[in-house]
Amino acid sequence: MSWPEKTPPSAGEKRSIGAGVFRRCEGCGETVTADDLAANFEVCPRCGHHHKLAAKGWRALLCDEGALEAWDEHLVPDDPLRFSDGRTYKERVAAAQKKTGAREGIEIGKASLGGRPIGYGAFVFAFMGGSMGSVVGEKITRLFERAAEEELPVVLLSASGGARMQEGILSLMQMAKSVAALERFRQRRLPFLSVLLHPTTGGVAASFAFLGDVNIAEPKALIGFAGPRVIETTIRQTLPPGFQRAEFLLEHGMIDAIVPRLEMKQTIGLLLDHLQDARAARTPR
Amino acid sequence: MFVLPFEKPIADLVEKVRALRALAASDRRFEPELQRLEEKTSRLAREIFADLTPIQKVQLSRHANRPYTLDYVKRLFTGWVELKGDRRFADDQAIVAGLATYHGRSVVVVGQQKGRGTKENVKRNFGMPHPEGYRKAIRMYELADKFGLPVLTFIDTPGAYPGIGAEERGQSEAIGAALAAMARARVPIVATIIGEGGSGGALALGVANRVIMLEFGCYSVITPEGCAAILWNDGARADEAAAQLKITAPELLQLGVVDLVVEEPTGGAHQDHDEAARMLDQTLWQTLTSLDGLSGDELVDDRYRRFRALGSFLA
Repeated sequence: MSWPEKTPPSAGEKRSIGAGVFRRCEGCGETVTADDLAANFEVCPRCGHHHKLAAKGWRALLCDEGALEAWDEHLVPDDPLRFSDGRTYKERVAAAQKKTGAREGIEIGKASLGGRPIGYGAFVFAFMGGSMGSVVGEKITRLFERAAEEELPVVLLSASGGARMQEGILSLMQMAKSVAALERFRQRRLPFLSVLLHPTTGGVAASFAFLGDVNIAEPKALIGFAGPRVIETTIRQTLPPGFQRAEFLLEHGMIDAIVPRLEMKQTIGLLLDHLQDARAARTPR
Repeated sequence: MFVLPFEKPIADLVEKVRALRALAASDRRFEPELQRLEEKTSRLAREIFADLTPIQKVQLSRHANRPYTLDYVKRLFTGWVELKGDRRFADDQAIVAGLATYHGRSVVVVGQQKGRGTKENVKRNFGMPHPEGYRKAIRMYELADKFGLPVLTFIDTPGAYPGIGAEERGQSEAIGAALAAMARARVPIVATIIGEGGSGGALALGVANRVIMLEFGCYSVITPEGCAAILWNDGARADEAAAQLKITAPELLQLGVVDLVVEEPTGGAHQDHDEAARMLDQTLWQTLTSLDGLSGDELVDDRYRRFRALGSFLA
């Protein structure tokens, strides 16, 4: 479950010294120039620590020329429950839109990855913790539906605290909806590569994110069903170090590989080539 | 018997009705009085329960005497054979599953099971399944699909268990895979929310062609306590959260998340398990037979359309 105010601002926004020229690495604590970090897609050039990369950065990293033919950008949240916790849901959405420049917590569309056409989706974690409400669920559903129609493989990057509380039960229903769409997509025997970023928990983890033909995670990404705080409260124990990190999931057989960010494009390309080799062989190249 | 403060007047009257009914069984002179008392009880229950707040309904849905899955299994079905285990790790007793006969038809049954009393609750983990429970459910959905048997699920869980072992064994993957298995099953699926419908842990039994809900059940993306803790850092404000989240049967019917609401006996299902099962039986059977004649593909499409339509956004 996500909550925007408990979400730390993305690495790009904090710990700037002076006019944002220098940043302190969250891994090694060394001071790095903001330009160096940005040029390296938020991976520390000294220690390799992966800071959060915004959706725009992922587009630049994975999509050829950073170009995405965006689908269904016009979808925006409604307020079906008239939800308010002191501040209305509408106000929170407006604040998130202003902060991120995005209309909602995911971008989807068609892109090219090393010359291969793909259906592409990436969560905008800065938008209310990447939480999945009706729009996010609808866009993921449309991504699978349209990719099936256009015979595109799907590469989907998840980074989400889970279902969006402010849309209540309708957020929960997005889990069923998106997975049902994925099932239909799967019948076309097109690849689904699920990339789990930091953090991926709750309703997103417990729906499509672990159902990739291949599941890939970034180093040290926090991935799990329940958040660590919920588990600690339930079992009244301190959690072991490394619990729910990508390395823990790899050890327990839940993901196929941990791939460093700077190798991500190459690895995804290779996987797509392998999985589509038989399909390619049927049609003249 | 456990009694919630707001149901005390009703519980007392129901108790008197019971005593009088026993008397009337041997002496018919008590029958007019019994009838009067029954009417009074039902009138009072209607009055009190008409004004219940959402959090009071949540308390009813969690009532310690509420009928659980196996209480319904005993009353609705014959020929029950319980099937255990996920064939991978263990048998999770927070989910019961098996084959049964329902009005002459063989069906696959899957439901979360809470325990009565501390000892059984520990065994049932308070109805909070681990991944092995969901993997047992998946096995059942696939068994049903293979042999063309309808699936009846009974939802009653605070949620999937948040613990170390559950995470190690892939709680997320297990739930996601259960959603997928339900989505593709080429057989009729009818889900009934008999008590608590706690988030993804409930939904893993809920991707059905039709979803029935008992009058005093609830179904939510997060517990009101959890929601209040996140919103206000104060779990005690669960009443406000329960009202915001819209988790009661009439609200969910309006949102299209459930298709049918089944009334409960006077004072709630926990006052009369037999009557609660009888009242559910009518709707459940009608709902199941309403899906007769649909082919496997049509059933999958029907389920797809049902969930495809859920969500509210502006374009």
